[in-house]
Amino acid sequence: MSLDYENDGALHEELIKQVLSQYPDKAAKRRKKHLSVATNGHEADEDGEALSECSVKSNIKSIPGVMTIRGCAYAGSKGVVWGPIKDMVHISHGPVGCGQYSWSQRRNYYVGTTGIDSFVTLQFTSDFQEKDIVFGGDKKLEKVIDEIEELFPLNNGISVQSECPIGLIGDDIEAVSRKKAKENEKTIVPVRCEGFRGVSQSLGHHIANDSIRDWVFDKTEVEFEAGRYDVNVIGDYNIGGDAWATRILLEEVGLRVVGNWSGDATLAEVERAPKAKLNLIHCYRSMNYICRHMEEKYGIPWMEYNFFGPSQIEASLRKIAKHFGPTIEDRTEAVIAKYRPLVDAVVDKYWPRLEGKTVMLYVGGLRPRHVITAYEDLGMVIVGTGYEFAHNDDYQRTGHYVKNGTLIYDDVTGYELEKFIEGVRPDLVGSGIKEKYPVQKMGIPFRQMHSWDYSGPYHGYDGFAIFARDMDLAINNPVWDLYDAPWKKKALPPMAVAAE
Amino acid sequence: MPQSAEKVLDHAPLFREPEYSKMLAEKKLNFECPHPDQIVTDQREYTKTWEYRDKNLAREALVVNPAKACQPLGAVFAAAGFERTMSFVHGSQGCVAYYRSHLSRHFKEPSSAVSSSMTEDAAVFGGLKNMVDGLANTYALYDPKMIAVSTTCMAEVIGDDLHGFIENAKNEGSVPADFDVPFAHTPAFVGSHVDGYDVMVKGVLEHFWKGQERKETAGTINIIPGFDGFCVGNNRELKRLLDLMGVSYTFIQDASDQFDTPSDGMYRMYDGGTMLKDVKAALHAEATLSLQHYNTRKTLEYCNEVGQATASFHYPLGVQATDEFLMKVSEISGKDIPTAIGMERGRLVDAMADSQAWLHGKKYAIYGDPDFVYAVARFVMETGGEPIHCLATNGTPAWEAEMKELLQSSPFGKDGQVWAGKDLWAMRSLLFTEPVDLLIGNSYGKYLERDTDTPLIRLMFPIFDRHHHHRFPLMGYQGGLRVLTTILDKIFDKLDRETIKVGVTDYSYDLTR
Repeated sequence: MSLDYENDGALHEELIKQVLSQYPDKAAKRRKKHLSVATNGHEADEDGEALSECSVKSNIKSIPGVMTIRGCAYAGSKGVVWGPIKDMVHISHGPVGCGQYSWSQRRNYYVGTTGIDSFVTLQFTSDFQEKDIVFGGDKKLEKVIDEIEELFPLNNGISVQSECPIGLIGDDIEAVSRKKAKENEKTIVPVRCEGFRGVSQSLGHHIANDSIRDWVFDKTEVEFEAGRYDVNVIGDYNIGGDAWATRILLEEVGLRVVGNWSGDATLAEVERAPKAKLNLIHCYRSMNYICRHMEEKYGIPWMEYNFFGPSQIEASLRKIAKHFGPTIEDRTEAVIAKYRPLVDAVVDKYWPRLEGKTVMLYVGGLRPRHVITAYEDLGMVIVGTGYEFAHNDDYQRTGHYVKNGTLIYDDVTGYELEKFIEGVRPDLVGSGIKEKYPVQKMGIPFRQMHSWDYSGPYHGYDGFAIFARDMDLAINNPVWDLYDAPWKKKALPPMAVAAE
Repeated sequence: MPQSAEKVLDHAPLFREPEYSKMLAEKKLNFECPHPDQIVTDQREYTKTWEYRDKNLAREALVVNPAKACQPLGAVFAAAGFERTMSFVHGSQGCVAYYRSHLSRHFKEPSSAVSSSMTEDAAVFGGLKNMVDGLANTYALYDPKMIAVSTTCMAEVIGDDLHGFIENAKNEGSVPADFDVPFAHTPAFVGSHVDGYDVMVKGVLEHFWKGQERKETAGTINIIPGFDGFCVGNNRELKRLLDLMGVSYTFIQDASDQFDTPSDGMYRMYDGGTMLKDVKAALHAEATLSLQHYNTRKTLEYCNEVGQATASFHYPLGVQATDEFLMKVSEISGKDIPTAIGMERGRLVDAMADSQAWLHGKKYAIYGDPDFVYAVARFVMETGGEPIHCLATNGTPAWEAEMKELLQSSPFGKDGQVWAGKDLWAMRSLLFTEPVDLLIGNSYGKYLERDTDTPLIRLMFPIFDRHHHHRFPLMGYQGGLRVLTTILDKIFDKLDRETIKVGVTDYSYDLTR
């Protein structure tokens, strides 16, 4: 199902012009390349539908002083890729802050006994002091690893997540890791994800992927008999249980998920991955690197899919099934049919409450494109979207999703986002915690699209129902109608619709 | 199929449905290669023992679940307490995303700060260019009245010189020559957020006071609140008390409006804060009082140097601590404490008397910033409670000594132990081996509540998983009333839960308590 609409490109062009006029010349010149309005391209997709073009410059340095929303390589490695692996201890190696601010904030759900055999929601840090900077921290790291072994003996491995100072003071965490891994006969992975590397979280993902390749794969004998329907789910971090709502569908169609990267994962699931028959990749941005490596080295094909909203779930399930042939295809059709009544009921319930509502997105990874169709499945319209840390290939893929006239903003600054939202006045904004409160102050409903605003899952059919409910409760809450004091002139039309 | 449009189940109930329970059990069995259940249970039991505690407390390098953050967070919080001030953190940009998120998650409010976005090349060549461009962009885009510069550890390790860089940027026209750009070096590998607060406030005062002649205005007082997640409620409450007394005062650093802006259709990037003209004039105050000693050691030293009288408190909360604060204010200002405030005091004492039976002899574990722990321990003892474990990850030897002195001053402190520099994984061992009735701290304590079954009372930054507590004061007599009520609610809710079983325990499910 695809909604047919076009956005007000002229307004969006004007807004871009306005924000750029406020920058000093040098900065305006640089920012100009990151902002655009999607146009109907000449290229067509496999079904012959015209694709939009949203070519902006991306994956380049943020400008100083403009309030970029981006994070750092450490956030990409510890926060995204490594952090969710539950039976390993991830050391935030360096000063206390990085680990403290990222502690338990990504909602990577897991099942385990925390502090005993699972460690995701603990903050392990070497808590660097001045003397560690001056004399180096390698000795301390050795001691940290020894103390982890003594107090948390059921850990199945350790990763060393480097914070900024590590790379600047010349510590050799690789040597320490090698030595301690040998001594303890355990996997210890040094990760060079210092926050100053690269321009955003993105390089941290890449470095983390590479460290799996270099320090995990082929290091231990994996006893595992692979079956013909064995797949890995790659790039699902199980935020609010996303990976579980995904897994249940894949199992229902007859596939066996032998590894989930990296939400609710154990090290065994990572080590085993090269034995699977297909890599299914959800967050392309953060884990395409390891999929390409597995393809080259182990001959495992990979396939992108999208489990947000019924249109994409169905298309993705069919695409995946096609890879495995008639048996799986038949079961897939049965599964799609089984969930159809749920989808219909959800759409019937929420469409009338959400139809025509406009949405602006600004997120990371895959969501600025992947969730678009989920909104459209509910009759909602995407008027603007952008990525914190995308590369060119992400924007190419975005062309498949956005309509003509959509406002596109890469590495948006706080100033731009505020002005765009003011100018467009969408009915809903989906972005992160730093954006949530400014937007709500303006009287515009908001959902956090990193953490699902403490809700979720949003993946799969079960997740779609929650997604629909959440968008409804955000937009149709009566609070938005209370913003204007009655003795002042009313600025906003009433919006609320009572819950059903 | 567990999900339905009629009654949408989200994560909490959804994954307890049989389809999911079965799926997760099979995932564990077939794909996770877990440790056998018995081994996990044995290790879990072992972590409850004195033997494990001894090893845990003997740790020298590893820190697990610390109750402290890094210096620049304190600097960003401090800068938010001045009129139209933008925090500019020189160094890696990811740090700034973290500070902003951290503050927003607690206050449920916008938190603005910019970064100079230094990357690898800046690590090699220094971040001067980033500072020059960054200040120009911040000035143009965000229309600040002041830009407060602090540093991430990256800039500190490579040794960037803020003073020189800011001068350079001014020479290059990034901001006007007379534009206010105070600064503070805030390396994350020294001290904690309370120290970052201290040096940033000191940096602001130095910026405005240096070279100015001081003409003392007798009876006027500066108040520095310190890093306080409850600044919204506390600062407003203290101002109310000072206004009642008719004191001439200036809050130096006041984020109470910045972190509590109204929803009326307008986003205010800046709101409230100490006016810059008031910061300048504050040089002439007779005295500067700090509400949190360990947040202001350097700042007060500086105030002393310029000739002001100084005094510091430990988060004036509860009866005697509030008494002392008010009497000090009265002494300096020459203003009497009015009857109205005396009445408030009497009402707090009245409430404590009404509830004393429920509080006497209750045992507490308290953790958090040094001044907060001191304050809560003191108040708990006023109610007849016994602080058993007092822990501050960022507590110093001086704090430890002061705490011990406090505990020795009361029969209710005789079993109290002080844990400076320890973390919450250490606290876990303490709670297993020497259990208490109540745990007072912040949201991170919920993991201790889960593991040790000790009811948690959230009274300190950060509070992520409960809303709006920080909008109410903890300081002053009114604040004491709120703390008292919060503790009592926790006790009564627990008692009700324990006695709620129909026909089994509900004889004790009393209507009146």
